[in-house]
Amino acid sequence: MSIQELCTVRDNRQLTGSVFALTLEAPRISSAAAPGQFVHIACGEARLLRRPISICQAHDGLLKLVFAAKGEGTQWLSRCSAGDVVDVLGPLGHGFDLSALGDRPVFIGGGIGVPPMLQTMQAARAAGAQPTAILGFRSRDAVILEDDFRAAGTVYIATDDGSYGIHGFVSDVLRAHIGAFTSVCCCGPKPMLRALAEIAQAAGIPCQVSMEERMGCGIGACLVCACALKAEDGAVRYGHVCKDGPVFYAEEVQW
Amino acid sequence: MADLRVNFCGVELKNPVTTASGTFGFGHEYGEFYDLGELGGIGVKGLTPEERLGNPAPRIAETPMGILNCVGLQNPGVDRFIEEQIPFLRQYDTRIIANVSGTTVEEYAGIVEKISDADVDLIEMNISCPNVKCGGLTFGTQPKMVEEVVSAAKRVAKKPLIVKLSPNVTDIAEIARAAVSAGADALSLINTLLGMRIDVESRRPILSNIMGGLSGPAVFPVAVRMVYQVHQAVDVPIIGMGGIRTGRDIVEMMLAGASAVAIGTACFADPMAPVRALHELEQFLDEHGIASVTELTGGLRI
Ligand SMILES: Cc1cc2nc3c(=O)[nH]c(=O)nc-3n(C[C@H](O)[C@H](O)[C@H](O)COP(=O)(O)OP(=O)(O)OC[C@H]3O[C@@H](n4cnc5c(N)ncnc54)[C@H](O)[C@@H]3O)c2cc1C
Ligand SMILES: Cc1cc2nc3c(=O)[nH]c(=O)nc-3n(C[C@H](O)[C@H](O)[C@H](O)COP(=O)(O)O)c2cc1C
Ligand code: FES
Repeated sequence: MSIQELCTVRDNRQLTGSVFALTLEAPRISSAAAPGQFVHIACGEARLLRRPISICQAHDGLLKLVFAAKGEGTQWLSRCSAGDVVDVLGPLGHGFDLSALGDRPVFIGGGIGVPPMLQTMQAARAAGAQPTAILGFRSRDAVILEDDFRAAGTVYIATDDGSYGIHGFVSDVLRAHIGAFTSVCCCGPKPMLRALAEIAQAAGIPCQVSMEERMGCGIGACLVCACALKAEDGAVRYGHVCKDGPVFYAEEVQW
Repeated sequence: MADLRVNFCGVELKNPVTTASGTFGFGHEYGEFYDLGELGGIGVKGLTPEERLGNPAPRIAETPMGILNCVGLQNPGVDRFIEEQIPFLRQYDTRIIANVSGTTVEEYAGIVEKISDADVDLIEMNISCPNVKCGGLTFGTQPKMVEEVVSAAKRVAKKPLIVKLSPNVTDIAEIARAAVSAGADALSLINTLLGMRIDVESRRPILSNIMGGLSGPAVFPVAVRMVYQVHQAVDVPIIGMGGIRTGRDIVEMMLAGASAVAIGTACFADPMAPVRALHELEQFLDEHGIASVTELTGGLRI
């Protein structure tokens, strides 16, 4: 279901040098949101296109988004402050399939792919599973949301430069512990997702990946957010990240 | 309350606002935001004789007040449209504008003949898509080819035939005259303007197809100019499109010569754009004491 809601900013807080946590008053969108879905936010009059941002948490009428200020749109968003009003479409897309996680799912995020895994992990825990998170960052100063994840289950943190937690990639951590898990859910750069999907496949457990693509409408009408999927005959077909995704089962994706 | 009805080639539109092909899918998604029956007509995604996969991603790049796209006519094929989408669209009190393309003259004639027999109100023939390798734009830029493909289609068309023109030409009036002399009942313009963007860090084009079609507010003045030139050159009704966002934009496009308009890219910024612009148009008419929207068409004073 797509809702357009004018949301008042409750809080906008800098987590690291470039990453912000934005809390919006969004009673309608937050009550309809499911883990892994995203919102499409208008970032000022000067930019035609909205920006897709994953839902990090939705509860009590609030929507928490965690985003990196990169280009003009997200920089505009980073300058919003309490009391400002932003135009939000959501909740969009289809999120993680929570029905097939098993009792020991692992939630893996890389960099700015970490935030959407939080609500997903919390939902799994609420459903009675014993979840684990593997979170990967560039370095110690890029680590975000650690306490929130620790409150939801077991957490491994890996940094590329070894300045915090395990020195290495999330894929190294997954490979080392793969026997302990019943399923994988992940979000991050495509090469990371692909590596994780291969490890999960070799272990014979289901793997869901959250994909990224440039968007127009964000709701499935313009067909610009193409994602190469495997057709039944093995050929390529294009699904759409905003409507068929952003979450896909790894075996559907034409890597 | 002004009269918003427009008689377009004998088909009554309840108002002049339609949606631009390719920006609105088959209506399902925007139908979650408002009653599609509020629109004068729905221009559906461009159809081809067979299913088309389209181009790989990225298919979109943002530009100052515009976008570039290179979707490449991804669509399920005309047969599945007829079977699966027409029944859905017919639930709404609005007109169906079927947008069709082909890669040869025979394909254009074939798809126009097939869609003629289906339950649609108007046929819009796209001879101007910049994002497919053969056909599309190549048909729309040479008067001889325009005449050939339009007359072949007109021979088999049983519904009003709208020919959609490309802005990627030196003399739009010449192309318009070619289409009308070959039997076009109406014209629509503009399709997208060929453009390109480069990521300066990677030095690579942003779009998978290198080039793409520019649309959105950035193209509005070009569209107004071309609608004006075409209205001067031929005597058939025009659907004006290209960058329309507001009710005043609709008024401007109609003053230049359009009988109806289509709204596309503006929907990405605001899903309510077509109905919002329609209400703004209504308000403009009332405020200016204009009794019928048709009075605007070609009402430019020089
Ligand atoms: C489903 C989904 C969920 C996302 N969730 C998050 C999140 O939770 N936190 C976060 O920080 N980022 C997230 N992103 C990435 C985020 O959308 C981009 O970083 C953002 O659009 C960049 O906009 P900009 O104005 O900063 O950059 P600009 O370079 O100015 O953007 C220009 C255009 O390119 C598009 N674009 C540029 N980079 C990306 C990208 N990586 N993905 C998609 N579009 C892009 C923009 O949307 C815009 O249309 C998500 C992307 C998708 C598709
Ligand atoms: C994503 C996208 C897809 C499009 N697909 C088609 C198409 O399939 N057939 C067609 O005739 N025009 C297509 N167009 C062109 C539009 O119908 C319209 O002519 C153009 O975008 C200008 O209007 P706008 O600025 O209001 O979007 C497409 C445009 C966009 C942005
Ligand atoms: S962004 Fe328009 S279909 Fe996905």
